[in-house]
Amino acid sequence: MPELQADRTERSLADVFLEDIYSIPGGEKIKECIQCGTCSASCPTSYAMDYTPREVIAALRAGILDRVLKSNTIWLCASCYYCTVRCPSGVKLTDVMYELKRLAVEFGLADEKAKAPVVSKLFVDLVDKNGRISEVELVSKFLLKTNPFAAIGMMPRAWKLLVRGRMPLVPHRIKGISELEKCASTISEVSGLHAGTGKIEKAT
Amino acid sequence: MTEKIGVYVCHCGTNIARVVDCKSVAEYAKTLPNVTVARDYQYTCSDPGQEMIRKDIQELELTRVVVASCSPLMHEPTFRRTVQDAGLNPFLFQMANIREQCSWITDNKELATDRAKAIVRAAVSRVNFNEPLEVKRVPMNPDVLIVGGGITGIEAALQIADSGKKVYLVEKEPTIGGYMARFDKTFPTLDCAACILTPKMVSVGQHKNIELMSYSDVVDFSGYVGNFKARIRKRPRYVDEEKCTGCGQCEQKCPLSVPSEFDCGLGKRKAIYRPFPQAVPSTPVIDREHCLYFTKGVCRVCEKFCPRGAIDFNQEEKTIEVPVGSAILATGSDLFDPSLIKEYGYGRLPNVITSLEFERLTHASGPTGGKIVLKNGKPPESVAIIHCVGSRDTNYNEYCSRVCCMYSLKTAHLVGEKTEARVYEFYIDMRAFGKGYEEFYKRLLEEDVTFIRGRVAEITDVAQKETEKGKLIAVAEDTLLGMVRRIPVDMVILSLGLTPRNDAIEVARTFSISRSKDGFFLEKHPKLAPVSTAADGIFVAGACQGPKDIPDSVAQGAAAAANVLSLIDRKEVELEPTIATINEEACSGCRICISLCPYHAITHDEERRIAVITEALCKGCGVCIAACPSGAIEQQNFTNRQLFAEVEAVCS
Amino acid sequence: MQARAEFSYYPGCSVEGMNKAYDKSARVVCEALSIDLAELNDWNCCGASAYMSIRELRAHLLSARNLALAEKEKKDLVVVCPACLTTLAKTNHYLKEDSGFKRTISAALKAADLQYMGSVKVRHLIEIIVNEVGEQEIKAKVKRKLSGLKVAPYYGCQLTRPFGEIDDKEFPTMFDKLLQWIGAQPVNFPLKAKCCGGLLMMTNEDVGLELNRTLLNCAAENGAECLGTLCPLCHMNLETYQDSVNKKFGTDYKIPTLYFTQLLGLAFGYSRKILGINEELIPSQQITEKYAKVV
Repeated sequence: MPELQADRTERSLADVFLEDIYSIPGGEKIKECIQCGTCSASCPTSYAMDYTPREVIAALRAGILDRVLKSNTIWLCASCYYCTVRCPSGVKLTDVMYELKRLAVEFGLADEKAKAPVVSKLFVDLVDKNGRISEVELVSKFLLKTNPFAAIGMMPRAWKLLVRGRMPLVPHRIKGISELEKCASTISEVSGLHAGTGKIEKAT
Repeated sequence: MTEKIGVYVCHCGTNIARVVDCKSVAEYAKTLPNVTVARDYQYTCSDPGQEMIRKDIQELELTRVVVASCSPLMHEPTFRRTVQDAGLNPFLFQMANIREQCSWITDNKELATDRAKAIVRAAVSRVNFNEPLEVKRVPMNPDVLIVGGGITGIEAALQIADSGKKVYLVEKEPTIGGYMARFDKTFPTLDCAACILTPKMVSVGQHKNIELMSYSDVVDFSGYVGNFKARIRKRPRYVDEEKCTGCGQCEQKCPLSVPSEFDCGLGKRKAIYRPFPQAVPSTPVIDREHCLYFTKGVCRVCEKFCPRGAIDFNQEEKTIEVPVGSAILATGSDLFDPSLIKEYGYGRLPNVITSLEFERLTHASGPTGGKIVLKNGKPPESVAIIHCVGSRDTNYNEYCSRVCCMYSLKTAHLVGEKTEARVYEFYIDMRAFGKGYEEFYKRLLEEDVTFIRGRVAEITDVAQKETEKGKLIAVAEDTLLGMVRRIPVDMVILSLGLTPRNDAIEVARTFSISRSKDGFFLEKHPKLAPVSTAADGIFVAGACQGPKDIPDSVAQGAAAAANVLSLIDRKEVELEPTIATINEEACSGCRICISLCPYHAITHDEERRIAVITEALCKGCGVCIAACPSGAIEQQNFTNRQLFAEVEAVCS
Repeated sequence: MQARAEFSYYPGCSVEGMNKAYDKSARVVCEALSIDLAELNDWNCCGASAYMSIRELRAHLLSARNLALAEKEKKDLVVVCPACLTTLAKTNHYLKEDSGFKRTISAALKAADLQYMGSVKVRHLIEIIVNEVGEQEIKAKVKRKLSGLKVAPYYGCQLTRPFGEIDDKEFPTMFDKLLQWIGAQPVNFPLKAKCCGGLLMMTNEDVGLELNRTLLNCAAENGAECLGTLCPLCHMNLETYQDSVNKKFGTDYKIPTLYFTQLLGLAFGYSRKILGINEELIPSQQITEKYAKVV
């Protein structure tokens, strides 16, 4: 069965991922997963996922990551933490999901249809630029990028918000933005809590 | 006179020889002062190995022996006996650990060999100062105290009593029988629990060698093996046990009903009551907290109707002291409190019940006369059974409670037998480890129980579709299908895990035993000494040592009994002489040692104004020795001379 | 009125933007309760879940800067958004647990002459009001008992998860208690801590709408006349998108949704305007007229 034999590049990618995941606090706990499924059953969005949270952990441990990372699963995680607080093995699943999101974006493996990476990347740009988020700027840029026609459908709501004074149009920039940049520049981060070791190679 | 020391360096197969050059260590030992002979050998603990040592002692007239091999915990007793057989005092033998403390901690051959040489050098230097010591013998009181009258305590009591020895059986509840008395059927045979238990209970009640003290507890336990003193508090029943015939009139006439603990609060009992009809003793108890006479000063109907005049409202608590030689703790376990797992809805949603509550429902003498019904009185059409409630969970108890998989299967069977309900069993693993257990699982598979491999994440009453309205919905991922499923049911049964009893800490303290990380009583060795404890003469058996089913509990009860009978048969108990001794002249009477001794072995002699050690109680822990500001206390076989000799030799 | 511990107020980006009413009503209520809310000077975005999905260390750095600034002012941080709460608290926790991480962050902060020694506590305003102010004082301040107003108190996820330090992780009760103190009637709301989807409403609207429909349905079935919230994003999802839920599922929900600070403010006698209640999309006059009578 071809799928069971993980591709060599896939396997080393999985090793890389696992290494990173083990470095986050509680990351090593995924080894203790007993595959009970509490996470999947607790997850409010698992009904819409291609692979349930439990299956994601199983895939990680099996080194068969490709399809999991390309699926919609990690982008449906709303960080509600039900899985984390209920897991009987103490797996910090929400943090693992964050790590998978980061790695998927970094290695260009995110599902093309997924909008969440788009909004997250925009978010990061806006925070890096101004130190704060203007929701109006975020939403409008996001719509332009993903679905300009939906922007038209949003007009009535936008109007209602505008007349109620809930659409501040001028983004605020913090005074310490250059300071923040200075701090950020000391972190040559690719990903991982103990990052900056340069061990991680990008996928081709 | 100079000593003649024999040194034996063991290879221990490859355990030591793989890293340590035993030959060269033996050669080196020959060069040490006072060493008459030094040999290396493959397996010194073997018969020929021991024979070699014995021969040397006799032929070469050795006065001291050193064996460099494994930890003294392993073979010190072996070699002491060897040496003793050859006519030498066993305490003139010294063990040098070149395995756990040498070959097992490094792969570097040079370092290991050097270290082994140093260890041997130290042992040789020390053994010069070893003194011959005599083992003390104290008489063994043949009477036995058993705490806890569940199936485990009952088994131990009967075994010991049948052999002619006297047993004091102390039970906290008004009756013996423990949890087993509350079960309906037992797995895997589906024996009726009461049918197999009550004959044993009756035997206990009638046995001439068993003094049963029910509604009592042990408040103090002191002494040492062979010579303990137990202080037992007998709580007042307000009914004279001698006069009462167990006719039950008082129970019938009592006007006050309160929730019954035996029925988990699902049924009622009177203020004067027996927990269940076959209670032993059959004498009822008056519940002081609810009884109308005690709370309001009225009623006394039971007294009026008792044909033997056995009611005695003036009965008082009695404390007695009994001397015993050994004790068995068979106090059992408790059940996990499911209200801690809020997402399961216990206490919030009706018809979420525990496994024990289910046992009471299905029991013929339970609150519903054996009918399985919902709170509205109707039988359920669908039932969910949930495994691992409070077990295998870092948020509650990490351990597996061992019995729940099997009793869940039994529960499923009983539901199927008594109702038309569709049964869903949610499990993570199926642990069917015992005799007939796997076969029982197969039987349930054939009984059309729907098994879903998935841990239930929550029980909710919020319906998402018509078929879920008015039901309890168990939400779990069917991991074998990879699909989250919502199963609407009428009744949810939580298979609770076992926990240590809430008074386990106190009991452990009273008997000076330890508990393991999970809170259950700590056995001496999990494999080789499961019913002994670190305290000589005190044994543990049954669920108080860890979750277990009836067969294992009975086995442990019998094991503890065997241990006790073995002790009693020896008629005397040997006490290790490696205890602390006080140099009376150096003692200043400061009393620091007295307050520090964890075994209460030191007392103050008012006349001579010095400290005195009760030898039998001393365990040689060394605390007093370290604390004594006058240096007046030394430990036999660990004297300063011996220890300094060791240290100096290592450092040289 | 005794002086209460002073706090540094961290509003968070959401209440600066479309949810200013939350900030307005919070300030009003805090003034009434003598809770000193000095806004943290030059605070930056906490990063919430979005930043953490792209960069981990830099996300923590955002929190660390805020914590360092608060420590400089020697005050604990009070937030009104549970996402800010969890994000800031997580960084706080990890700094204590992981010394390698602490070194990296400390070095980063140093580049801006900042340092953080770990002394700041991050708290949500509702917890401060319930625990520090307490029942007696709240009841004493009530000028309009919201007698009998049936409120479904919606806690959302991140107030009590993952740390569970504030209240129960599955069935918290502090919002219910607060409602009782102001005379309102918290309804049975079993889904009170279930997820509203957060940002999913934007990135996957179908799923977002489904989650919110479930919540609205549960509230309606239990007789709620009003939803109470304590998170700007939850509020947005439940309130601003209620019409989208109706459109997709053919339902007819018109459940006014108010922040807990607005409910408190009403009970304390303040006007709708001051509390920003007029900024809601779903009209709530009928409930304020009916229930917010003068005591």
